[in-house]
Amino acid sequence: MLLITCPHCGPRAEIEYRCGGEAHVERPGPHDQVSDQAWADYLFYRANPKGGHRERWLHVAGCGQWFNVARDTITHEIAAVYPMGETLAEGSAA
Amino acid sequence: MSGRRSEGGAIDRSKPISFRWAGKSYQGYAGDTLASALIANGVSIIGRSFKYHRPRGLIAAGLEEPNGIVQLEAGAVTVPNVKATQIELYEGLSATPVNAKPSVEFDLLAVNSLFKRFIPAAFYYKTFFWPSWRLFEPSIRKAAGLGDAPAERDPDHYEHRFAHVDTLIVGSGAAGLAAAEAAAALPGNERVMLVEADFEYGGGLLSAAEPVEGLAPLAWRDAALARLRAAPNMLLLNRTMASGFYDHGLVALYERVSDHLPPEQRSGPRQRLWKVRCKKVILATGAFERPIAFSGNDLPGVMLASAAQTYARRYGALAGTRAVLCTNNDGAYDAAFALHDLGCTVAAIVDSRAAPGAGADAARQRGIEILAGFVPLAAKGRRAVRGLEVAALGGGVRRRIACDTILTSDGWNPAVHLHSQAGGSLAYNEGLQAFLPKGAPQDAISVGAAAGILDSDTAIDAARAAMRGEPVEAPVQAAVGPTRRFADGDTRAQTAWLDFQNDVTVADVQLASRENFRSVEHLKRYTTLGMASDQGKTSNVAGIHVLSGLLKTPAPAIGTTKFRPPFDPVTIGAFAGRAVGEDLAPLARTPSHAAQVALGAKMENYGGWLRPAYFPQAGESEQQTIAREVHAVRRSAGLFDASTLGKIEVKGPDAAEFLQRIYVGGVRTLKVGQCRYGLMLSEHGIVYDDGVFARIGEDHFLVGTTSGHAAAITETLHEWLQCEWPHLRVLVENVTTGWAVMNIAGPKAREIFAAVGTDIDLSADAFAHMQYRAGTVGGVPARVQRVSFTGELSYEIAVPWGYGAALWDALMEAGQPHRITPFGVESLMAMRIEKGFLHVGSDTDGTTYPQDLGFGPAIAKKKDDFVGRRSTMRPDGLREDRRQLVGLEVTDGGPPIEVGAHVLPADATEARGTQGWVTSSVYSPTLERPIAMALVERGRDRMGETVRIWDLGQWRAARIADPRFFDPAGERTHG
Ligand SMILES: [Zn+2]
Repeated sequence: MLLITCPHCGPRAEIEYRCGGEAHVERPGPHDQVSDQAWADYLFYRANPKGGHRERWLHVAGCGQWFNVARDTITHEIAAVYPMGETLAEGSAA
Repeated sequence: MSGRRSEGGAIDRSKPISFRWAGKSYQGYAGDTLASALIANGVSIIGRSFKYHRPRGLIAAGLEEPNGIVQLEAGAVTVPNVKATQIELYEGLSATPVNAKPSVEFDLLAVNSLFKRFIPAAFYYKTFFWPSWRLFEPSIRKAAGLGDAPAERDPDHYEHRFAHVDTLIVGSGAAGLAAAEAAAALPGNERVMLVEADFEYGGGLLSAAEPVEGLAPLAWRDAALARLRAAPNMLLLNRTMASGFYDHGLVALYERVSDHLPPEQRSGPRQRLWKVRCKKVILATGAFERPIAFSGNDLPGVMLASAAQTYARRYGALAGTRAVLCTNNDGAYDAAFALHDLGCTVAAIVDSRAAPGAGADAARQRGIEILAGFVPLAAKGRRAVRGLEVAALGGGVRRRIACDTILTSDGWNPAVHLHSQAGGSLAYNEGLQAFLPKGAPQDAISVGAAAGILDSDTAIDAARAAMRGEPVEAPVQAAVGPTRRFADGDTRAQTAWLDFQNDVTVADVQLASRENFRSVEHLKRYTTLGMASDQGKTSNVAGIHVLSGLLKTPAPAIGTTKFRPPFDPVTIGAFAGRAVGEDLAPLARTPSHAAQVALGAKMENYGGWLRPAYFPQAGESEQQTIAREVHAVRRSAGLFDASTLGKIEVKGPDAAEFLQRIYVGGVRTLKVGQCRYGLMLSEHGIVYDDGVFARIGEDHFLVGTTSGHAAAITETLHEWLQCEWPHLRVLVENVTTGWAVMNIAGPKAREIFAAVGTDIDLSADAFAHMQYRAGTVGGVPARVQRVSFTGELSYEIAVPWGYGAALWDALMEAGQPHRITPFGVESLMAMRIEKGFLHVGSDTDGTTYPQDLGFGPAIAKKKDDFVGRRSTMRPDGLREDRRQLVGLEVTDGGPPIEVGAHVLPADATEARGTQGWVTSSVYSPTLERPIAMALVERGRDRMGETVRIWDLGQWRAARIADPRFFDPAGERTHG
């Protein structure tokens, strides 16, 4: 069980959170101009890296806020926690 | 075996204890385990093996014991499959063997043993195919299996605790105690915790004789414990096993709080599961001795050398009178000396090394014969050891030694389980022929025997150094000697056991290897090696060694199977903690709960809410009750507690824009004071929820959701706002349990509502259907929506939750002149089916798009995007043969059709090629006939078509119809 540092509440156990999967997935639009392929990519296709990964987490049993986490999927080391709408510079995290 | 009580040991001889084993009475002492007391009483057969029901005795003294599995106590408190080595003796204890009927002495199923050659590895897998699993299954099921689960409810309770520590030390042997003392002294270490699975602290010190830092082992332990107990930052817990090492320093501890007391003396929780978040973990978990595989090595009387040593030194219990030690290392000599000191004859020491170490000289001084370069071949005896046949390792010379006890030591395996669970890797040590802990991604350091350091003083120094931040390295020590390997096909390998609990022999591993199951994970599944409740603590590495010899592949290249929690079995009760019975998922109650129960409501769980199904009166059947309630609503008035409906406030300058993107229909054009029906989709285009939303201010909406869905919808709205449209200025708040809602429905609803007293103008012109008004009702602030799920004139009156019960009472009283009738969920459902109203989750499933429900034109009219819109346009959504929601009229004069029944064409003759299924079905009290709703292929184009309905072999007849069975124009709601 991970120990995740919520930017608002501090370090809390994983059971308080909900993982929202890969971060920075762009929602394509407008709806009447998106190809089936582009929409399927958005809906179904996700990176499944062994190593560094960026994902969204929700502190569902805490402040109710979403944020991004840079996590190593092998060691579970969390290299960074950063707000929604921001990105990490290349090389700044696992 | 002829075990007996000898001198010495740490037991308290002033406190004798009576206990029962297999129905007979025995005596032990305080400080005994059930295992040590049985050995002291000369009980040699403790169980029967899993597959062949061979008689078995104890081979270990700790939690690695594979044979000594017992059923502790009887009735509700009984514990199946607990190891005799882990049971502290208490007055009146009663235990019985498992897997032995009628008794361990005479087991009817031991006949399996005669047919051993018919039950080799993978017997079950092969039998699935040929000749027939069913032929063997009944007898195999009867033969296999261990203890009996209690039939009664567990009377004990269990609890969970959470803790955060700077350093956790697992294990209280010499290395653990030294590390704990160093950790307690470290500046900044505010919380240090040491846990010991045993009831006695000390680990290997409890059975050692050699001085530790110049002191007797127990004196050194007592001094160290005294210093730890005086340290203010130290928490010591015995009877507490670290069962799992998880991510980010989380260690699960399993504390047996009152198991060691007689049942009638137990109080408080029986066991406690700790979840401890640790900055640093010291693993002083010790090591497990490897048994030697030779023919007949499962005979009662064959035992691990260290176990015999522990029984002798710690418990004063001698395993036998005439022992032989078989070893490949120096350490095991101490076991022979421990027995020898207490008067046991040591007939010989059989050492596989041609040049034994220093121990041999000490043995010779005691007059013990050393057979150097010799190995055990076969134990002799039927139900107990009578002798041992040994041979020179290279072949040739053979000898038979008379004995009743055989001690074996093939070296030691460090207990790397927790290290491995923490993500640590392993390195094979050729000298020890064992896997040692290597680097760990978490801050976890193995010390002592767990790191391959078997000498106490060296282990203590290394543990202290580790706490100073220095690396722990296993010292170069004398390599263990060779182990005899069976030639592939040697028949004696069929009686040379590796995994005692699962009855896996060297021959089984040979068979797996011949059949090409050569990966260690395949070997495990094919032979079940290491899959018993002991998880192969004595057998896994031994099996790897055998496979290594067969494949001519070094052991490190074969590797180990994955170590998974728990380290040793943990009760389900401990995992459950307090979350049992009604506390597992507590049901929510509505404000009028007490009043409804007083009226005789039949309460049921609807999505986590305890709600009335209906209110039966004396002598009424369910259908009669529902009919009476429906008639009351349609003819006069009914009252329904609708507080469970989800209520979410959405407020802010961009609230309308936000909801425009959420709902299938339009939101922007809605005027203040108006309500509208709304459908929400998932981003996959699937119908997710529906409800009525009201614009209660220019920038303020009240979003209604289905019962039990409010929290999920709130979370979804937050996700869209925070992750996709953070620039929208909107607040979302779930106020479901802030407002109680009473639904008054029926032609007399307005009169009754008015009689309660309100400042809202209720006239039909001033407050029309699908409108919202705020005001006071009965003197309290209220939000009222004129909406209807029954198809009648209907108001949903919301007041602050605390006034809900009062509002229920007021409406019931005001409705008395009109014989107001409380109605339940089932009656409401009957009325909504009469109206053909959709019920999301009943009439929709995980494939239902809005166009299947008739929302196609509404979507076409809307210009903007909304959640899920693009998905409804995927090729699957454009298919012309999609299932569409329609009504069904039953035409065969029979009762209502079962929900889930299949819809087939009128000319169908067999139950195949379904065109859809029934989603809602009821006997309509208003229409006095059964009606149904169904999802049917191209349903809307097939109005009036006759279809056949199939349900579990029964054929019915029906006609596709408009689902608005009653008042299709909706005139009654506008009254
Ligand atoms: Zn938070």
